Amino acid sequence: MLKIKNLSKTYKTGDTALSDVTLEINKGQLVGLIGPSGAGKSTLIRCINRLVEPTSGEVWLGDVDLAQLGRSELRHQRRRIGMIFQEYALVERLTVMENVLSGRLGYVPFWRSWLRRFEAEDIRRAYELLDRVGLLQHADKRADALSGGQRQRVGIARALMQTPDLLLVDEPTASLDPKTSRQIMRLLTEICAERGLPAIVNIHDVPLAQSFMERLVGLRAGTVVFDGPPTDLSEDALTEIYGAEDWNTMRPGDDDESEGPLDVERAAEVMA
Amino acid sequence: MTQTLPREWAHRAPAQRAILWLGWFALVALFVWCWQIMSQDTIWAFVWDAPDQALDIGGRMMPPKWGYLPQLMKPLWDTLNIATLGTIGGVIIAIPVAFLAARNTTPSTTFLRPIALFIIVTSRSINSLIWALLLVAIIGPGLLAGILAIALRSIGFVGKLLYEAIEETDARQIEAITATGAGPAQVLTYGIVPQILPAFWSISVFRWDINIRESAILGLVGAGGLGLKMNASLAILAWDQVVVILLLILATVVLSEWVSAQVRKAII
Repeated sequence: MLKIKNLSKTYKTGDTALSDVTLEINKGQLVGLIGPSGAGKSTLIRCINRLVEPTSGEVWLGDVDLAQLGRSELRHQRRRIGMIFQEYALVERLTVMENVLSGRLGYVPFWRSWLRRFEAEDIRRAYELLDRVGLLQHADKRADALSGGQRQRVGIARALMQTPDLLLVDEPTASLDPKTSRQIMRLLTEICAERGLPAIVNIHDVPLAQSFMERLVGLRAGTVVFDGPPTDLSEDALTEIYGAEDWNTMRPGDDDESEGPLDVERAAEVMA
Repeated sequence: MTQTLPREWAHRAPAQRAILWLGWFALVALFVWCWQIMSQDTIWAFVWDAPDQALDIGGRMMPPKWGYLPQLMKPLWDTLNIATLGTIGGVIIAIPVAFLAARNTTPSTTFLRPIALFIIVTSRSINSLIWALLLVAIIGPGLLAGILAIALRSIGFVGKLLYEAIEETDARQIEAITATGAGPAQVLTYGIVPQILPAFWSISVFRWDINIRESAILGLVGAGGLGLKMNASLAILAWDQVVVILLLILATVVLSEWVSAQVRKAII
């Protein structure tokens, strides 16, 4: 599905963010990208949809090499890649519905988007997605009137609105409290499973990554130093990725994992 | 932890303190020096005389000649038109200039951005009254000269504040819209415009408010409006008419300030 070959990125300042990364992700696979700050996680996912231009290497999505595309062809291909951001990156002064519909911008001509005259089918799908993420009654509120967890749900709906073939998720829970983080991760994994959607999730919370991801890739200083299922992530592997530390105090076993699916509904009620 | 800890702490190093002290000293010295130059060229007899003169003119202003008011309605309407049309014209031109001048939206930093900045600086550095003086000479006296003068002065003011607002937009929101595959025009209307809209309205209304004041005096150089009447009344020393004009300008400005405060409250 997604094949990254020998991807490198050196910024103008001379900092090497990625060196020779090769990675393959299959359909429906959830990959957690872990590593210390500055390891190149954010750069890696931004090199895929070219919000950051890679210095060299290939990025194959299906049978298209994204790294070689010209401007307009790149815009065309970006529609296939949904992106979810750390601080939601919603357009704060637009309504929830407008934010969700902005996922269709790559599909509609300028005048339609400008006059907010989206196709009936798009509007139906937008409501469907808002219903799926539990925000139907908030459709006409302004995005900045929502809580963090709700905003991230809008972010998810916007990405899905693109009918993407791949999700890029950049630290989806970094600005959320532990409970909301889990709800968002659960929603993400459920949605990916429903649609067979592959996703690359940057995440710095290792226990969270271990409990929700089926495969983990560890980056250190721009190189892949670990690639395997969460069960293989030993203390040695963690030390390889992050450097020496007493890892036992942050293992998932210490974490309270008692909350069931009921909690999500209860929390949704509270938030509403 | 055997290392000895410092016992003293000062906000500034001694050298910094000395420079700061010297700076303040220079400022006071400059003030004293300027004061001396100023007093040299002052004819003190006139200054001692000032209270009498003010009382005299004040006396001639009383009572205001209220009967003059109906004649001022047409010039007042002209003044409002000059301010409003001038602001609209200035804002329309300022929008593209601002987008060309903002670092994050300009298509070319080496060529178009300097041109846009130059337009802004030129417009800002010349006072409306001077613009009007030039325009009256070029296109003749009347409303049009006033409108153009106000518009030309507004381009720089609105352009500068607007391009700063564009540069202060949240890059993440723009990045998110770009990532959906949106075209450049869509990134502009979805990513940037919603972010700068409140600033845009508040800048425009603020400029309109300033323009009402400025257009009231443009008539002094022949560009129509209340200033024209003011000029005429001053010329015949009709102080009781001048005071009516001044009070009318005051009332108009208070009203426009109230309107602009309401608009700003509504959009923030």
